[in-house]
Amino acid sequence: MRFMMFMYPEIEEKDWGPKVDNVEEVAAMGRYNEELRKAGMLLSLDGLQPPSEGGVVSKVDGKATITDGPFAEAKEVVGGYWLIQARSKEEALEWASRCPAENCKIEVRRVFEMDDFPQEVQDAVEENFGG
Amino acid sequence: MADATRAIEAVWRIESARLVAGLARMVQDVGLAEDLAQDALVAALEKWPADGVPDNPGAWLMATAKNRAIDRMRRESNFQSKQEEIARETGALFALERSNFEAAADEEIGDDLLALIFTCCHPLLSREARVALTLRLLGGLTTPEIARAFLASEATIAQRLVRAKKTLREARVPFEAPRGEELDERLPSVLEVVYLVFNEGYAASAGEDWVRRDLCEEALRLGRILAELAPREPEVHGLVALLEIQASRLGARHGPSGEPILLLDQDRGRWDPLLIVRGRRALQRAEELPGPLGPYGLQAAIAACHARAIRPEDTDWVRIAALYDALAQIQPSPIIDLNRAVALGMAFGPEAGLALLDEINDEKALATNHLLPSVRGDLLEKAGRRDEAATEFKRAAEMTANERERELLLGRASRGGGPRST
Repeated sequence: MRFMMFMYPEIEEKDWGPKVDNVEEVAAMGRYNEELRKAGMLLSLDGLQPPSEGGVVSKVDGKATITDGPFAEAKEVVGGYWLIQARSKEEALEWASRCPAENCKIEVRRVFEMDDFPQEVQDAVEENFGG
Repeated sequence: MADATRAIEAVWRIESARLVAGLARMVQDVGLAEDLAQDALVAALEKWPADGVPDNPGAWLMATAKNRAIDRMRRESNFQSKQEEIARETGALFALERSNFEAAADEEIGDDLLALIFTCCHPLLSREARVALTLRLLGGLTTPEIARAFLASEATIAQRLVRAKKTLREARVPFEAPRGEELDERLPSVLEVVYLVFNEGYAASAGEDWVRRDLCEEALRLGRILAELAPREPEVHGLVALLEIQASRLGARHGPSGEPILLLDQDRGRWDPLLIVRGRRALQRAEELPGPLGPYGLQAAIAACHARAIRPEDTDWVRIAALYDALAQIQPSPIIDLNRAVALGMAFGPEAGLALLDEINDEKALATNHLLPSVRGDLLEKAGRRDEAATEFKRAAEMTANERERELLLGRASRGGGPRST
């Protein structure tokens, strides 16, 4: 089974991303990612640019509105993610708790797989996207 | 309490292989190492629910295992009668007491894990024993889980594990990863185990036990671990590439009622693009290393050709035929020739495929295999030789043991057309 681990760093936008003064922290994260890779569990990962490099699309009554935010608090902003293969929810949570990052939250979510959907839904997906 | 146990089990699954490997290096006996690791698990199950999981659970388990080992050996050495046993255990005791209680360096852990993989897959052991021991010691699966995964009784698996450990002990197999030429010799037996585990999971149907279906993921995990431990071995990356790409099709290979869907008829929208990308990257790693691709690398390259084709008609059959040709040269087998005939037929027309089939017609290995007449029927049909094709399909129908397949083949025989059978 697959789990997505979302990292919510509790930092201001100006402090976003790898900097000269947090080299050690970045190196520790690198080692952690390497551990995940060596354990054969890491499927993919990415760090995200600050929210100002993106935007938010809101959909209401079929109408799309693009805005820059708003984000009430920094901790609601995803800073990056890992997609891992784990053998149980507990194992995924254990890996998340081993992340060396300070002052952050990591949300662990199980990924839906096609088998999780009822057959009718699978058929509908197939009709829309299938060959 | 149940939650705490599950959390401990999760820690165990993460730590157990490293723990067993580190202990095995000290005591030079995987069976004993496993017992010591189990002692540590029992201690964790006693302590952690009340005290909480320690900050560094791996180090805690290792320290506990070593302490228990020392106690146990001191106690047992008083009763041991066999001189040889005492000598062995005294040596282990010395190694344990001398060893640093702090965590080993990364490189050392890697060496230990590699040694554990090679020991579990030692050529002295039968294939079944290698598979069971690998899942137990590297996968951290329990005996009942392995039994469920392989549709065997717990007693059978338990006995298989006991015998395997005894064989290794009696042969005094040193706990180390082979190097140089010996590594080349022994690597195939390791890769075979990973491949067998994957295929066992691949053969499981959707309704079956999750333990069984999870074997594919477990094999992928083992393969990826191996790729990090032995990054200079092209066949390791070749195998990982093959497994990643085959796994990408897991969601597409069965219809709603569980019937198998053949590769060319699969809905490619259901292939997992992430695993395909990972597979192609692993294949690239294999290709970038010196030397030609081995059997796994070539099979991965063939799988990658299919993965690259957005529609079945986009498939590069000329390249696939060339890859099968290379595969047949390094690993001659009538089954590979059958596949090569299919590829040749697709690439250069049915006559090219039929010509190869004539060459392998008398192969004993294919005498009872329905695929030979089935493939020939398919090629004859494509060549417009309907009557001959019908004869072949009928012959194939008589030979197959699979009821559904028989119906399919008889249908083709009577219609002189219909869905693909290969």
